[in-house]
Amino acid sequence: MVVRRLLIAAALLFLVLFLVLPLVVVFSQAFSSGIAAYFTALIDPNVGDAIYLTLVIAAVAVPANLIFGICASWSIAKFDFFGRNLLITLIDLPFSISPVIAGLLEVLMFGLNGLLGGWLSANNIQIIFALPGMILATTFVTFPFVAREVIPLAQEQGVEEEEAAVTLGAGFFQIFWRVSLPKLRWGLLYGVLLCNARAMGEFGAVSVVSGKIFGQTDTMSLAVESLYESYELQASFAVASLLAMLAVVTLVLKAGLEWRHRDELAAGRRKKTA
Amino acid sequence: MSTEIEVENLVRRFGPHTVLSGVNLAVRPGELLALLGPSGSGKTTLLRLIAGLDTPDGGAIRFDSHNALGRKPKERGVGFVFQHYALFRHMSVFENIAFSLRIRRAKNPEVVARVQELLKLIQLESLATRYPAQLSGGQRQRVALARALASQPRVLLLDEPFGALDAVVRRDLRRWLRHLHEEMNITTLFVTHDQEEAFDLADRVVIMNGGKICQMGTPIEIYQTPANAFVHEFLGESNKLPVTLTNGQVTADAGFVIGHADAPDAPMTAYIRPHYIIPTPDPAGPWLVTRLTATGAQARISLTKDSAVLEATMTADELISSGLKSGQTAQVKITGGMLFDPAGEGPVKLTPNVARGALPHASSLVS
Repeated sequence: MVVRRLLIAAALLFLVLFLVLPLVVVFSQAFSSGIAAYFTALIDPNVGDAIYLTLVIAAVAVPANLIFGICASWSIAKFDFFGRNLLITLIDLPFSISPVIAGLLEVLMFGLNGLLGGWLSANNIQIIFALPGMILATTFVTFPFVAREVIPLAQEQGVEEEEAAVTLGAGFFQIFWRVSLPKLRWGLLYGVLLCNARAMGEFGAVSVVSGKIFGQTDTMSLAVESLYESYELQASFAVASLLAMLAVVTLVLKAGLEWRHRDELAAGRRKKTA
Repeated sequence: MSTEIEVENLVRRFGPHTVLSGVNLAVRPGELLALLGPSGSGKTTLLRLIAGLDTPDGGAIRFDSHNALGRKPKERGVGFVFQHYALFRHMSVFENIAFSLRIRRAKNPEVVARVQELLKLIQLESLATRYPAQLSGGQRQRVALARALASQPRVLLLDEPFGALDAVVRRDLRRWLRHLHEEMNITTLFVTHDQEEAFDLADRVVIMNGGKICQMGTPIEIYQTPANAFVHEFLGESNKLPVTLTNGQVTADAGFVIGHADAPDAPMTAYIRPHYIIPTPDPAGPWLVTRLTATGAQARISLTKDSAVLEATMTADELISSGLKSGQTAQVKITGGMLFDPAGEGPVKLTPNVARGALPHASSLVS
């Protein structure tokens, strides 16, 4: 009994110390100069640009992830092809690489002195220190999110329903839209939610490739840092509070989804089924 | 009206494994045919090839003399019922059944009318708005059947249709399917590994083993004259006795004559069903009763003589009136059986031969 209470107390203490308290600090700092100052900080054009940029990056990275996740799960669950296991392993790669390294790799590829740098600058295409680089970096870092949710689900569900659809006269696209996609929808939504939270909050990889030009290549998370470094504490925390709210909303939605579709989502956490 | 299916020299290989090696089969129009065999015998592969879910490596499949292999599943007019139902989990019962009609862009009133008709047929009108997860196994199976029938297929294929159901539901559904088949008269093939199910339901039964067809015929034909030892064993328990033939006389290697048969002198194996063995108490008998068990109406008797072991069955009533007791000696009468050569082929009927001195007390037996 004592041990149990101690363990629960320790867990709660950690939660308060590392999650609740920082959250309280973020919001109290954001509102430290009053509500008016909070909104003034947020309507600053440079902050507005950062929010806009963050939304643009997420708007490209998340659908790219969604499409990749669907393709990967479809091919892995339904076909047995050469390199299938390699693909499953490689999908996890962005999880095991530090985002900063991912950003550096990109600089090495597309930077002025990079592998493709000469060709890119000759053709007037800028990737590093510009939006395309930030989108690429975010897409890379968030790569596994949707795929990892959907692949186990698709594998567990198998191909019987698709085969049934074939015998009932459905063609490829009819099967995809009417059977395969609806089967996976909750897993997909869950993956998209996690992917979106990560895409908006990504710092390391984007920081390396952005060049941090305030008001130009600043995302929300980068703006938090640059505002903080220029001693605009209240404004910095105001932007941070937006990201914190995104995190909270994501958590609530995630919990809701998990509760409503626990059976389907459980497959995502079960590694192997018979 | 009904479709005839011909399968000619069908071959299917999966990598190094030959799953079907030259299967020939003719399914008569309107017939209810069972494909019976142990797992791995190729019966489900054959069904999937006929449905068009898989492509053969050789051979031909014809529907009413037209080549079916060039045609996609939807052009073949086949309804398929999967072992685990494969219902669309995100669709209601109604939409599951309506699927093939929606795919064909049927008009809504038409779809509603057809689905209602099928719901009535499967007696699940009240569950149209339910989802598959909310149904019992038997209900799911009936929905799967209705879904397969919705677009009026010419051929109905069922893969282990009752495999995942409990015994009572299985028996009810079986009867219901037989009735349905008689009403609709669609050429129907079903796969099963349950001998009783195949014999109970089908007009004719095809026995498969190792990617080949062993035998095809009515249930009675197959049971009475199994083509080889595999079929005999697959259809039920048998006692196997090594025997030698001399001038038509069949002598068990354990040293007793069991009958005679019309076959050349050679070593063979006798396959004798337990109910063809009738033991009677005899203080001087050569057999020892080692075990008696009664499971309801059926009783089993285990007998030994030196190294030979026989399993006999009779009704519990017969056991009581016979007066057999465990640990006593007994006499045995063999009333039927089959002989196969060492390769398990060359079936010969065993003619019981109780009068030739082998069983001196035969006259006292109650038949």
